[in-house]
Amino acid sequence: MTELPDFLPALPEIVLALSGLLLLLYGAVRSDAPFRFIGYTTVLVLLAVQVMEMTIEPGGRFTFSGLFISDRYAVFMKSLVLLGSALAVLLSLDYHDQEKQERIEYPILILFATLGMMMMISASSLLSLYVGLELQSLCLYVLASIQRDTLRSTEAGLKYFILGALSSGLLLYGVSLIYGFTGSTEFSQLAKILSTANLQVPMGVIIGLVFVMAGLAFKVSAVPFHMWTPDVYEGAPTPITAFFAVAPKIAAIALLLRVLVGPLGGLVEEWQQVVVVVSLASMVLGNFAALNQTNIKRLMAYSSIGHTGYVLVGLAAGTAAGVHGVLIYITVYLFMVVGTFAVILCMRQHDRMVENIEDLAGLSKTHPMIALAMAIFMFSMAGIPPLAGFFGKLYVFLAAIESDLYALAIVGILTSVVGAFYYLRIVKIMYFDESHEPLDKWIGHDIAAILVGTGTFTLFFFIYPEPILLAATAAVASLFSG
Amino acid sequence: MVTHLPILSLITFLPVLGALFIFTIRGDEEMVVRNSRQLALWTSLVTFIISVVLILLFDPDTAGFQFVETKQWISGLGIQYYMGVDGISVWFVLLSTFLTPLCVLASWASIRSHVKEYMIAFLVLETMMVGMFCALDFVLFYLFFEGVMIPMFLIIGVWGGPRRIYAAFKFFLYTLAGSVLMLIAVLTLYVVVGKTDIPALMQARIDPSLQYWLWLAFFASFAVKVPMWPVHTWLPDAHVEAPTAGSVILAGVLLKMGAYGFLRFSLPMLPEASLFFQPLIFTLSAVAIIYTSLVALAQEDMKKLIAYSSVAHMGFVTIGIFTVNLQGIEGALFQMLSHGIISSALFLCVGVLYDRIHSRDIASYGGLVHRMPAYALVFMVFTLGALGLPGTSGFIGEFLSLLAAYQVNRLLAVLASTGMVLGAVYMLWLYRRVMLGLLEKEELKSILDLNRREVAVFAPLVVLVLWMGIYPEYFLGFMHASAENLVDKFKIAHALNLAAAAP
Repeated sequence: MTELPDFLPALPEIVLALSGLLLLLYGAVRSDAPFRFIGYTTVLVLLAVQVMEMTIEPGGRFTFSGLFISDRYAVFMKSLVLLGSALAVLLSLDYHDQEKQERIEYPILILFATLGMMMMISASSLLSLYVGLELQSLCLYVLASIQRDTLRSTEAGLKYFILGALSSGLLLYGVSLIYGFTGSTEFSQLAKILSTANLQVPMGVIIGLVFVMAGLAFKVSAVPFHMWTPDVYEGAPTPITAFFAVAPKIAAIALLLRVLVGPLGGLVEEWQQVVVVVSLASMVLGNFAALNQTNIKRLMAYSSIGHTGYVLVGLAAGTAAGVHGVLIYITVYLFMVVGTFAVILCMRQHDRMVENIEDLAGLSKTHPMIALAMAIFMFSMAGIPPLAGFFGKLYVFLAAIESDLYALAIVGILTSVVGAFYYLRIVKIMYFDESHEPLDKWIGHDIAAILVGTGTFTLFFFIYPEPILLAATAAVASLFSG
Repeated sequence: MVTHLPILSLITFLPVLGALFIFTIRGDEEMVVRNSRQLALWTSLVTFIISVVLILLFDPDTAGFQFVETKQWISGLGIQYYMGVDGISVWFVLLSTFLTPLCVLASWASIRSHVKEYMIAFLVLETMMVGMFCALDFVLFYLFFEGVMIPMFLIIGVWGGPRRIYAAFKFFLYTLAGSVLMLIAVLTLYVVVGKTDIPALMQARIDPSLQYWLWLAFFASFAVKVPMWPVHTWLPDAHVEAPTAGSVILAGVLLKMGAYGFLRFSLPMLPEASLFFQPLIFTLSAVAIIYTSLVALAQEDMKKLIAYSSVAHMGFVTIGIFTVNLQGIEGALFQMLSHGIISSALFLCVGVLYDRIHSRDIASYGGLVHRMPAYALVFMVFTLGALGLPGTSGFIGEFLSLLAAYQVNRLLAVLASTGMVLGAVYMLWLYRRVMLGLLEKEELKSILDLNRREVAVFAPLVVLVLWMGIYPEYFLGFMHASAENLVDKFKIAHALNLAAAAP
């Protein structure tokens, strides 16, 4: 007897997929389709899906024979991803106007990448996980090299593709090992097997675990799998970098959490060591390597490696409090990074993008509002209270201390002082230095709106953080109950 | 409670409200500048008046916290918006609100670029300072404690002297490195006790072996802020490069944050560790008093000289705090207030000269008394105050601290009192070189005496120095109950521990 699966839990994904196909069709039929129209439609679709996501009652429901789960955790993470993608598309519209790069594939690829991410977040089996991950990755490879006639962009795309394929291979190998030694790919089954068999975990599962973690560490750009990040960040067109810095990263973190807490939750002691080492290495390398950067996109790449390290501090705790901290951290991170990239997109001289940090000199005099917003983001990224970034750090370090990871907490917090140095350097350049070559006056409406929104969020988060904190608490509870 | 008005929140957030208003000022350049100055002045004056009401309503006979306000803030961790003052903190609130309008006035003519942003920075700074002294929740406290650094960093970096960038970074990174360790300690306390509210933490008994580590983490933060020798080196740089008003706030209030931290957290929460590390504090303080006094003697730059003298004066404060007897605590509190006023006033005095001649070198002055008699008088009062002449506020604080030190360790008292002698040497020598002698330098011959705005700045400071010196009981009266309570609790905790150690 064949029965139709329950489509309701996956309705947002289905709507997203259909909209993507329709837009693609429209773009193919109407070769003169206006870019802005497609762009705004994409943003609308993403936001509509987000509303849908939030209104559908998430009762932790499985569908498609247990391959797909929709729970509060998934809703929380998908909301972040959708918001990140929508903001990234919005950021890029003016840029494409300016650069005369109006490829309608661009927003549509982001749409499909987002679909892949949502699949990743809702995956409840190693197989659906992989399918989602690959859908996302393929879109990202194309996006990185979308300016196919510039050397930098194609180089970035190629590098990303080769290393990404390698990491997918590692992941898949790990998946096959885990399947081979346990006989299941379903998360709930795996969780059962690995918790009852805790007397003696087969070596193969441990090796598989390490491979899976290596593959995912690549996606979240954690040391020692971070090498691609600076090159891809620098080479890809700036709005794409903004997209890379937010949505895929959040999706990968969501996936990492889901896999480590869910099916591999019984192996906390095994994976905790790996996460601690990776976290330490990321914090130290990310923050120290950022010190000498002159290109702002490269700087953001190293900064994102450092932030991955802080996120992993929360994960290393291995507790609900730790995961809660991670959720807060990445929520705040989303707003800070989108805002920062909005500022970077404003960096134009003589109608061309510039990327040197020095080009920001004197920004406080020529563009006081942009400088103010950037200063807010930089202080927030450095974790200085009362800005939003502080709360992310507060929660992850609290979780680490609760789990007695004092060394990790102390090293982490000291590297944040190193990090403060290069964030302050940007403030210094904007506020203390004299400008020699002011940036163009032009700012798009979309970018201005995003700057105001993200800046306000970052600055005033501390006044009323409750809604986000409670939503994160609910999300964590559903992750740990499942 | 006398009033249900959230008076502490009002004092804390009124300045930032004023800053928001200034932020929205638009129009032509001159209008913006004029309006932001006026707005900043009136906001800070109103804040000061409300804080005077606070002190009038304050009940000096209770040791507990008054004007308490609580509101749910982060329910998941049980963190509240929790404000309140006691005899230890109430004067610092007043000191902050008192100095801010003076700073605004003192910057009236000397700050010409980015006036609007400057005033915003100062008002935000005021909010952070007041909030820090009122906060009764650790996370809230940390928020304000660290938040102070952002406006101060910008004030030094944007409106400072030639080496402002170096100084601003050094200031920021030094203090940040110290205070992140405090954050770890705060989180550990939360994990161990399950609370972040400060009065509850004061009641909690913490395992002595853990206390040592927590104490060291707090020490890292507070010692940098005080600053204690050998982590004081950011202070001379920051002072020299900061604009006059920035130096005033640095010396007047920011230096008190570290000592306040010792009083508020280290002593009541970690009594065993405080006793254990008492010799360390005494040694560092004695070194600070003697060493920095000698360094001050060798300075060519007036601001640097006063900066080093600040380190020496704060040495008396840390000695007083860690003697943990009534004279010591009150002496330390009084010394902090007195130093907050005298060193601020001295920086303002330097600012007066700098505005006119644009030099801080001692060598470029001499014989100013002939052209500036009023200024000479004012400078004399503060010089005498700084060296601790009886009848000025400086005497009371140093005397009480030394008295307390004598009860605990005679050698310490002897060493510390040499600091008073050295203080007299470098302050009087400074006065002699700048004010006395013949007026020989050409550019000084047309220098003008204090104008009306400057008289308005100095008059309240002179009155306070003399008032505090002649009738200190008015100020000490507010401290008695809280200080006594602190000392008693400390003794009880210590006795309990001894009883536990000797079964």
